[in-house]
Amino acid sequence: MYPSRFRYESPKTVEEAIRLLSESGGEAKILAGGQSLVPMMKLRFASPETLIDINGITALDHLDFAADGSIRIGALCRHATLERSTELEVRQPTMAAASKLVADPIVRNRGTLVGSLCHADPQGDWAAVMVALNAQLIAQGPSGRRSIPVTNLVRGPFQTTLAADEIGVEAVVPTPSGVPMGGYLKLERRIGDFATVAVAVAVDMEGSSVARAGIGLAAVGSKTINALEAAATLEGGRLTPDRIAAAGDAAAALAKPRSDHRGSAEYKRHMVRTFVVRILTRVAASMEKVA
Amino acid sequence: MTSLFEEITTTSSDIPIKRITLTLNGRSRTVNVEPRLLLAHLIRQGFKLTGTHTGCDTTNCGACTVLVDGTPVKSCTMLAVQADGHDVMTVEGLAGPSELHPIQEGFKDEHGLQCGFCTPGMMLTSKALLDRNPDPTEDEVRWALSGNLCRCTGYQNIVKAVLWAAERLRDEDEGGGEA
Repeated sequence: MYPSRFRYESPKTVEEAIRLLSESGGEAKILAGGQSLVPMMKLRFASPETLIDINGITALDHLDFAADGSIRIGALCRHATLERSTELEVRQPTMAAASKLVADPIVRNRGTLVGSLCHADPQGDWAAVMVALNAQLIAQGPSGRRSIPVTNLVRGPFQTTLAADEIGVEAVVPTPSGVPMGGYLKLERRIGDFATVAVAVAVDMEGSSVARAGIGLAAVGSKTINALEAAATLEGGRLTPDRIAAAGDAAAALAKPRSDHRGSAEYKRHMVRTFVVRILTRVAASMEKVA
Repeated sequence: MTSLFEEITTTSSDIPIKRITLTLNGRSRTVNVEPRLLLAHLIRQGFKLTGTHTGCDTTNCGACTVLVDGTPVKSCTMLAVQADGHDVMTVEGLAGPSELHPIQEGFKDEHGLQCGFCTPGMMLTSKALLDRNPDPTEDEVRWALSGNLCRCTGYQNIVKAVLWAAERLRDEDEGGGEA
């Protein structure tokens, strides 16, 4: 299978890439890892007139851990870089857990976190994680940079609020409000398949109490779901079995799954509840061990 | 009759052809490619190296895996133009025509293949694993190979083959022999 014909550009700076985007009148696509875009182009689901390959913009290839606990992930930071980061394991357990479950190991060598966010696949792993972490996408356009909360980035399946002349240049995970804990669980038929259900849970702990919580759900709606009400039930209290169960029920209620060949809506909703409870129970158990 | 490769590297439209230079199995190669040419097709049709197999053509199976700068990449999901300036290794680059790389020997000795279609991708992914981790556990081998599908073996002998090769490579290293 071949993509349709396109013009190929490989700018060396973000500014040049934005200029090329502006000139294309909405008919260009940005190529980062290409692990979703290239397959879509081969299937002719996407046929951009111009392909702007940003792999030569070395300024975008970064993963920075700031002293204040925030994390900046550049547009060329591959899943594999996150997966192999021992620092991430310590700093951000929810991201570390997800980094091992994106697609398969070979795809992880090319694909990028920011690319996954901009692709806005409802089954995408990173959007659920970033929503749970209250992260921002930094978009750069002709008039400069702006910050978009990831929860507002996704409009619908494969649709974002990025303007046609904007590039997602990095994702920023804010400073945690306590000790960051959490996890990511994904149900898939086999490695590399799209998620049947995936759940990201992030809790910032102050002592044994939850200072902030976030829950993101993938593959159970037409876009990533920010389970705000479910996360709110956890804040300000301890991770008791009752509170954990209540958060699981609330998250399951917020899921909007559809029955398909991967499972029934009822089954998927059940798995949302199970995953939320499982992640939080593990966090509670590890807290006990520390105490 | 023009070959498929010529067809997709010469174009009547106004899309500019790109001239790229890559290192393929240790040898510098310069070619003209149309931007939409995939790396897998450049390797197979352009350079006639048919050891790289295209299986699913949809980024699932890993049969087309090659090493780009030592890292496994599905060559059906990378454009040939993106290989410009990079080092590409295919299964033909593992060893000379009349010798076997320890990984190839392992697949032979441990019956790590049946139909052989997935084997080139399996071996290159294994090479990248062993370059990074010379003494992997069985779990680490399985994890590393989880992006390469095999429909024949049930994976058992593939895992054995990689562990066999790992041991052989470690022995060679200790013995100071050819690696």
